[in-house]
Amino acid sequence: MILIISTCSETLHELEFVKPIEDIIGKEFKTVNYKDLTQKHIDSAEKIIICGTSLKDNTFLKELGKFSWIKEYSKPLLGICAGMQIIGLVFGGKIKKKKEIGLIVSNFDKTFLGLDGVKQVYALHNNFIDFSKIPEFEVFAKSLSCDQAVKHRAKKIYGVLFHPEVRNKEFIKKFCLL
Amino acid sequence: MKLGVLFSGGKDSVYAAYLAKKAGHNLSCLITLISKNKESYMFHTPSIEKTKAQAKVMKIPLIEQKTKGEKEKELKDLEKAIKTAIEKYKIEGVVTGAIESVYQASRVQEICNKLNIECFNPLWQKDGEEYLEELLKNKFKIMIVGVFAEPLNENWLGRAIDEKFIKEIKELHKKYKIHIAGEGGEFESFVLNCPLFEKELEVKKFVDSGKGNSWRKEVEVR
Repeated sequence: MILIISTCSETLHELEFVKPIEDIIGKEFKTVNYKDLTQKHIDSAEKIIICGTSLKDNTFLKELGKFSWIKEYSKPLLGICAGMQIIGLVFGGKIKKKKEIGLIVSNFDKTFLGLDGVKQVYALHNNFIDFSKIPEFEVFAKSLSCDQAVKHRAKKIYGVLFHPEVRNKEFIKKFCLL
Repeated sequence: MKLGVLFSGGKDSVYAAYLAKKAGHNLSCLITLISKNKESYMFHTPSIEKTKAQAKVMKIPLIEQKTKGEKEKELKDLEKAIKTAIEKYKIEGVVTGAIESVYQASRVQEICNKLNIECFNPLWQKDGEEYLEELLKNKFKIMIVGVFAEPLNENWLGRAIDEKFIKEIKELHKKYKIHIAGEGGEFESFVLNCPLFEKELEVKKFVDSGKGNSWRKEVEVR
């Protein structure tokens, strides 16, 4: 079972940031909002995806304690946009301001779950984390301004700042096969 | 939350408004851009003046903003209309019917971000077939008022979105790659009734015009 964690503070936003990911996975998933997340949810999952939320919704930043389990998590984990920022913050990164909205070009220096070379990706963020300052992580792709794809050096913990559910759906399918 | 609906009168914006209301939000106003450019990049054009009749049966105030429909200038007009909605109706966010158009969605996101309000796209990336079935399940009565792609023709004008329509459009999707929900602009729709309406709108008069695979139905409703 794949656990999908919503970071949205408005239920209506889950149709935009969570449902597209559920549709790509298709079956054997459970969705929970981070506010209702329990240790039992985490323990029963084979892998976890933490979804993004809207540009204006930063409520999750005030409740990072809900995500402290990430540091010890050993199964596959993917953070998308807000999810990637959460991973970075848990590992000691600092949040920085940079807006990117719409299709942007991202350069994958090394293959990242099927993505390589120059790819168009959909961005929707006002903030990002500079992962080059976090020794546990390797940066796989950058846009002009931000780290776009990162992986933990020893664990299957992945982060993407862009929204793969829009133009890179195969990427999510590849993660589910890990 | 008080929301303004970017409203064309077609199925996508009306269904997005329905989902927002269902999630407990307050639909404070409808915002309609009337584009002089029939090929607008941003806005659905056929039958748009009929949004007045829809606003009346929804009992929601309507903000109408005229635009010449020139590529980036129409975004200024959209921003102006959203600003009016913020000042007049104190909206805290907008809701749109964007499904796949990154062009439309990212431009509305930019404007909302600049004006510091929320932007909701409840149909984003939605599967076309699942979407049309949901419209039927929720008792949306929808009429086709424009067709703009091969092999659609004048025979499709005035048709209702029903099970037969879904079956045929699915076949055309396989053969001609027509988007099942018309997201590529293959067809345009007008909502005659749905749970947000106090009464069903009746078509009083209509004029069909066009040629080949490009036809419009201008309807007058009451």
